[in-house]
Amino acid sequence: MSQDTATRVLEVEGLRRAFGGLVAVNDLGFAVGQGEIMGLLGPNGSGKTTALNLISGVLHPDAGAIRLMGRNIAGLASYRIARLGLARTFQLVRVLDGMDCRENIKAGLAFQKPHLPAAEAEDRIDALLDRVGLAGHDRRPAADLTYIDRKRLELARALAAKPQLLLLDEWLAGLNPSELTIGIELIRSLKADGITIVLVEHVMSAVRALCDRCIVMSSGRKIAEGATADVLSDAAVVKAYLGGVAADA
Amino acid sequence: MSARVAGFGFLALAAIALLALVPRLGNAYYLALAISLLQYTVLATAWGMFSGPTRYVSLATTAFFGVGAYTVAVLGEILPWPLVLLIAAALGAVVAAIVGLSTLRLSGVYFVIFTFGLTELIRQLVVWFEVNKSRVLGRYVFVDITQADIYWQLLGLAAAVFLLGWLIARSRLGFALRVIGEDETVAKHCGINTTFAKVALFTISATVMTLVGAIMAPRWTYIEPSIAFNSMISFQVLIMALLGGAHRLWGPVLGAVPLTLLFELLSARFPNTFTIILGCIFLLIVYMLPRGVAGLFEKRSTTPGGKTTQRVAA
Repeated sequence: MSQDTATRVLEVEGLRRAFGGLVAVNDLGFAVGQGEIMGLLGPNGSGKTTALNLISGVLHPDAGAIRLMGRNIAGLASYRIARLGLARTFQLVRVLDGMDCRENIKAGLAFQKPHLPAAEAEDRIDALLDRVGLAGHDRRPAADLTYIDRKRLELARALAAKPQLLLLDEWLAGLNPSELTIGIELIRSLKADGITIVLVEHVMSAVRALCDRCIVMSSGRKIAEGATADVLSDAAVVKAYLGGVAADA
Repeated sequence: MSARVAGFGFLALAAIALLALVPRLGNAYYLALAISLLQYTVLATAWGMFSGPTRYVSLATTAFFGVGAYTVAVLGEILPWPLVLLIAAALGAVVAAIVGLSTLRLSGVYFVIFTFGLTELIRQLVVWFEVNKSRVLGRYVFVDITQADIYWQLLGLAAAVFLLGWLIARSRLGFALRVIGEDETVAKHCGINTTFAKVALFTISATVMTLVGAIMAPRWTYIEPSIAFNSMISFQVLIMALLGGAHRLWGPVLGAVPLTLLFELLSARFPNTFTIILGCIFLLIVYMLPRGVAGLFEKRSTTPGGKTTQRVAA
């Protein structure tokens, strides 16, 4: 599926953000079509997380346009962008430790407009707990969860609002091989539901398994874009990102 | 669940009815003590309503209390009493909204320092105005309000605050504040307008504090800025709320009652060494009860076998 034929869920044009003299994101542009999984790759410090922070409204861009379902969201407050259908997870997993799993997921859907009727909200929370593999843990404090369960809970919270676009910031990082398989299957099942995903990831096997297309960033700029297999074999990418060594996770 | 709520509501009404009889005892000392207890209960509960869920530590209690007291000093003799209270509440709300909008972006210790400075700022503004414009520093408060009237008004306000706190805790706004207290970044990405939620609750809490100041003002016959804006109130309220446990609506009252009694006892028996003893007691409290008195009750009520916070610092 290419972005030309499908509805564009996300379009980024000429995006720029500098911190003092450091240009973290420089003239970044790409588009993601409905139901597509787009990988955002690059070495540490290449501007991936800054790009996600710009798209989700944590940071405001110095220049450029960001369109979510055709609407310019550049510079909007995070909560407004969230209500327009964008959800995300964080590089360092963020769950609400003082609350139980049910409340964590409820936080994801309670503030969307229009508000869901209570019974419907409870049903959706049950379905999400089941979906991410936390069924039966609904009253368990989030602080007691294992690492992968915290990741599952964070994902469930992000999915609670039925987002148009989901941003996953290294959601698969730190999982062991069997957990990784489960994680990849989970994300693949989201694609089957038609959720559009942008994921920042260093786990190459996951990128190969999941991403329809990838863009690669280096020093804030996009240095490659295309089908995943093509991008990962691109000489410039291998040099910038993998340091010239063919690598896999 | 609704039967439990109804039962609890009945108990609360019975308690209020009983407490309303205190002035009938005819003992001026007990009435004065009861007024102090109610004053700190309402202030600490109002403090906990905002600072408990959001974990923003505010030292602005005195600022709002003083605005309320000074409104009475200026308008108490000119306007009917209910109107004076209404104006005080409105002033408190406006100041809180302005302060909230300009400072709730601050976090951690910066917010604490600002709220402390706010009290001094407002006090100095009042002094400046009185000295340069009205040319009276210090005002007499001659209003027709008895000690019993003060008590009943505070009791009514206490009931209103608990009802309001209970309603907020069950509301979407209450849940939003808990999410903000847990992780403000996550809150924003969940679609919570964090600025609005924080300013709204800060304003509600401050309005209550302002009303306490206004209701208490007739207790002094003479008010000047240093009396109305006494920053000890901010610290006492903070300590009471933390001792009781600010994460529960009923927590601060568990701190306000014993500490008010303790202040009374110590200041009467040890007028000179009072603050030293108090300091030692606070140290003990922080070490022994990191989650406040409310935390003690919660530990008992958790399910056996479940992982609970059994770790209390020795």
